[in-house]
Amino acid sequence: MNGPRKNLTRPTARLLAAGVVTALSLGAPLTAVVAQDTSAIDRGVRIGIVYRPGVRPGFVALPVPTALDSVRTILARDLDFSDRFEMITLPASDTLREPQTRLNYPLYQALGADFAMGVVRRGDTVEVTVHDVTAGAVRRTLSAAVPDPGHPDFRQSLHRLADQVLQTTSGVPGTAATRVLFVQGSKVYLVDQDGADVRLVSSSDRQAMSPAWAPDGRQFAYMEFWDGKGQLFLHDMASGRRRPIAVTGRALDFTPAFSPDGHTLAFSRATEEGTDIYTIDVRDDCCLRRLTVGRFSDNLSPTYSPDGQRIAFVSTRSGVAQVYVMAADGTDQQLFAPFDYGVTGSSNAPEWSPDGRTVAFHRDIAGTLQVFVLEVRTGAVRQLTSVGRNQDPTWAPDSRHLAFVSDRAGYRQLWIIDIETGRIRPLLPQGGARLPAWSPQLPEHAIFTLLSGDR
Amino acid sequence: MKPLQMLTLTVIAAAAVAGACGGNPPPPPPPQPNADSIAMERARQDSMARADSIRRAMEEAERMRRQREADSLAALARATEAVKGMLATMIHFDFDRSNIRAEDAAILDSKIPLLQANPAVRVRISGHCDERGSDEYNLALGNRRAASAKRYLVDHGVDASRIDIVSYGEERPIAMGSDETAWSQNRRAEFEIVAGGDMLVQP
Repeated sequence: MNGPRKNLTRPTARLLAAGVVTALSLGAPLTAVVAQDTSAIDRGVRIGIVYRPGVRPGFVALPVPTALDSVRTILARDLDFSDRFEMITLPASDTLREPQTRLNYPLYQALGADFAMGVVRRGDTVEVTVHDVTAGAVRRTLSAAVPDPGHPDFRQSLHRLADQVLQTTSGVPGTAATRVLFVQGSKVYLVDQDGADVRLVSSSDRQAMSPAWAPDGRQFAYMEFWDGKGQLFLHDMASGRRRPIAVTGRALDFTPAFSPDGHTLAFSRATEEGTDIYTIDVRDDCCLRRLTVGRFSDNLSPTYSPDGQRIAFVSTRSGVAQVYVMAADGTDQQLFAPFDYGVTGSSNAPEWSPDGRTVAFHRDIAGTLQVFVLEVRTGAVRQLTSVGRNQDPTWAPDSRHLAFVSDRAGYRQLWIIDIETGRIRPLLPQGGARLPAWSPQLPEHAIFTLLSGDR
Repeated sequence: MKPLQMLTLTVIAAAAVAGACGGNPPPPPPPQPNADSIAMERARQDSMARADSIRRAMEEAERMRRQREADSLAALARATEAVKGMLATMIHFDFDRSNIRAEDAAILDSKIPLLQANPAVRVRISGHCDERGSDEYNLALGNRRAASAKRYLVDHGVDASRIDIVSYGEERPIAMGSDETAWSQNRRAEFEIVAGGDMLVQP
């Protein structure tokens, strides 16, 4: 389509951006285009929104009055973090203010923009106008109730709005309104995917590990050390309460993982015979089943395929930990991520992507860990990271972003990588965070009872 | 001795004997209490002396008994400490391994007679890892290390029911730092006496 054209024009446009914008916005006449909803295009031909490596649609967040700066900033950052657009930065200036329905489309097209987003506030709602610059028309106007800045729901309501903008422009659900659980010190914390609002979730003083979301996003499982044993808990997000999972805690039980229907919890149990994978029904705390029989080898870190039919897991049956796969009932166990015997390092912490196509894990490369993905269909393994030590990847619900632990900046902290573009950004500036678990799409009106940091 | 000297000594001795037997009458005897009271007094003093010496003897015996007791308690405590120390000696592992190395087998061998001489002792073995492996995998690896140490002891005659195992993965390092010195100290199994450790004897 217009990819090659953009490749030629965009750099020039970038260089001249500031000057051109000023000149055009002051002098050039507005192109008279009648506003229309071009969303019908969604069902037919797609214009300028099909992702190709190196060519992403340009997106410009139009300037807003100062009072809406934080709104615009959050929306623009969410869209930037989706890694589906080339974000075009305009010099911040009131002279660039435009009517919401009639834009100088040739100007923004010249800057390389395929989409432009205008933001206005009407009472307690924020209205977002998405312009299809290429089509020269308003694509869709979206509105959402957004409380004042400072209200606990302010950011999250904007994240939801950003996800709608992404849906409108790219046809894919966004992940702006998702969150990441992680362990720091002995406790479990929650952070928004943009790094804001770090909050303490668990209250115990015992060492917590391995948080794992339930597929409905309303609770998560995690493990806690109890006198050298591992007790699994289910933590309810709405009430902030937790309950122990009855059959666990008498042995070292760890690495919980929900089945996609949320009914079954798979986990690892370490005994004197080694470590093996079990499942229980979490609705009734019953029906403990053993899936692997290690006989002094270890089987751990189960992760379900999104159809619930298979479980990928780690096994030391070959002598070194590697990624295997089995049917959800424990039958048909076989190697999943190929490796060279005696050469390939230990491979651990697998997590099946929500779209089922890949399994992320980390592998020991020359004494340090790197994040890999296994393509399920072909068995091909691809290394994603190479700088520093990178471990414990967890999938965003878009199956495109991974949060992981990396010491690339000198100390261990959480980072996010887009596996399409390879772009990497820090999720949390603070050090010591580990074992992240990215949430699924969260329920629309999820109530999160969170503990304050000093409790 | 010459004859002249012998004679002189004889004369002197004879004079002395003559002097003692003759001459002045002996002085009058001091007033004597009657025989009964003498005997009673003597008996009283004798009994006091006897009681005194008995008391002293008993005191001495008691002192020595206490001394012996203290000595043996100290010895016992020393023995207990020594046995505890030997039982608590850690063993170490190679990276990502749980097999018992030769020098660590010797440490385990030294624990076996101690465990057999103190049948009331119960031990908890905890397995630990360095920070390099995966956080979760290290729980399994620590467990394997503890299990490996236990299996060695059980294979050498220690009752399996006396040994408990746990794993702390990499969660409880004893050496901080990110170098082989710290790592090698952290890849370990610890031995903790959880019962029957008040008084321990050496075999």
